[in-house]
Amino acid sequence: MTNVMDPRAEANDAVASRAEVCVVACADAFRNSGEMLASAFGTIPAIGVRLARETFSPDLLISDGESYLVRGTWPVGTPATGEVEAWAPFRTIFDLVWHGKRHVMMIPSQVDRYGNTNISAVGDYRRPKVQLLGVRGAPGNTVCHPTSYWVPRHSTRVFVPRVDMVSGVGNDRAAQAGPGASRYHDLRRVVTDLAVFDYHPEHGTLRLASVHPGVTVAQVQDATGFPLEAGDEVPQTRQPSAAELRLIREVLDPRGLRDREVAG
Amino acid sequence: MADKRMTAQDVVSRLTSGMTIGIGGWGSRRKPMALVREILRSDLRDLTVVSYGGPDIGLLCAAGKIRKLVFGFVSLDSIALDPHFRAARQAGAIEVVEYDEGMLQWGLYAAGLKLPFLPTRAGLGSDVLTHNPQLRTVADPYGGDEVVAMPPLHLDAALIHMNRADIHGNGQFLGPDPYFDDLYCMAAEQAYMSCEKIVPTAELTAVAHPATLRINRLLVTGVVEAPNGAHFTSCTPDYDRDEDFQREYAGSAAGPDAWQAFRDRYLAGSEADYQAAVARRQEVSA
Repeated sequence: MTNVMDPRAEANDAVASRAEVCVVACADAFRNSGEMLASAFGTIPAIGVRLARETFSPDLLISDGESYLVRGTWPVGTPATGEVEAWAPFRTIFDLVWHGKRHVMMIPSQVDRYGNTNISAVGDYRRPKVQLLGVRGAPGNTVCHPTSYWVPRHSTRVFVPRVDMVSGVGNDRAAQAGPGASRYHDLRRVVTDLAVFDYHPEHGTLRLASVHPGVTVAQVQDATGFPLEAGDEVPQTRQPSAAELRLIREVLDPRGLRDREVAG
Repeated sequence: MADKRMTAQDVVSRLTSGMTIGIGGWGSRRKPMALVREILRSDLRDLTVVSYGGPDIGLLCAAGKIRKLVFGFVSLDSIALDPHFRAARQAGAIEVVEYDEGMLQWGLYAAGLKLPFLPTRAGLGSDVLTHNPQLRTVADPYGGDEVVAMPPLHLDAALIHMNRADIHGNGQFLGPDPYFDDLYCMAAEQAYMSCEKIVPTAELTAVAHPATLRINRLLVTGVVEAPNGAHFTSCTPDYDRDEDFQREYAGSAAGPDAWQAFRDRYLAGSEADYQAAVARRQEVSA
């Protein structure tokens, strides 16, 4: 055989894209969950929970986005094809939210350093500059069961010193509101296109847990509207394994929808 | 047994300006759009509307019918945000009472059960309590956690749309989710149900399990047969959301001219005119 193959092409095959790193970072948020309803908003989190169920968290329950819980796996952006294992109309989902065996990953428009989030309105509440969705289930989700967040575009517009309308309850506000709010309050991770955060166990503040390959701590700081809390050595977010990459590329997202959410 | 059939005009003639009206369905799914359109044609105004909001809210906002909205979200599902609702909010044109979506359910349920409140953790720590200073917390008389006392959401009228119904007011959903339509009816002084088709009672259970009969006639004041009456929201299995029409609707928020054009094309005439315009539109695009 003649040597016409660009060696870089072969190497690229094994190298994960930024979107793929984000997928496994989202999946890792659902590690060791046991039997838990995993609700994910956004393309990359949706791939992430299916990856988690296919690999290390096989007992997760996943909705078809309408009103059934469905087994198996199927590509994002296509109708669910697996076996229906439960009827879960909104009323049942509401019950499960307050029951607590659910871990949601939501997409906040604003996040502050204590993990308070806003999906309601930006600006003066009586006459917002930007009206968003409304609080939806964020107030109840955050005080009843584990909550993580996905930020597809990490910027100072999202990571702000103060959110304009606290929809999802952060660690400081949950503590202030007393045991009714804090007893089941459990913020887990914030995954962004640049990094992964967890929370300081005592202060409840966002803490840089890892930066994605190719991203520096300084870059994350520049895109964050409050001082970053980080150790001296910030690890790199793990790379997907070869098996995970194959699942993402061939089974979970063959159309490459993940690249529309996070490029590069 | 009472025959509760009536027209959409009959329904709207029983409503008055300033009323509190609950609208069933969810987002852009199985909304009583034919009844909403009849409100658009009326001179009703200053309404307080309670809804898991979709284009019902956008349309009523654009037509200036809403004084106050009680809501948890407004979304078109396949289009995340309703532009008419956003425009109304960003102009400061409507007052809002914003609840967690579970609190909204609890408020309807409390009204239906004639309870002074229902307890919940939802809302604690969030700005839902800041912006609703009328909300109170309540101590657990058994020594547990202090929680929010969600007050009842009493409705003067409820509007819902089902797949099938009989003339007496028994209503059936055939799609995947009953949503909260029975709770709206229970919370209301008067409840009006439109449906795709009115059928003999026996036919309701000939085709589906009795569990699909979510709406009981003792909750219902009037029944309206309104084929395609949830258009352009989904009403599965009878029809899916008309995505193309929904995009046109969203585009009508681009400015006063776009809204006027949409209004002239679809909302100037009767419901029959609306359905004819929709049918013509589908022929052209087919």
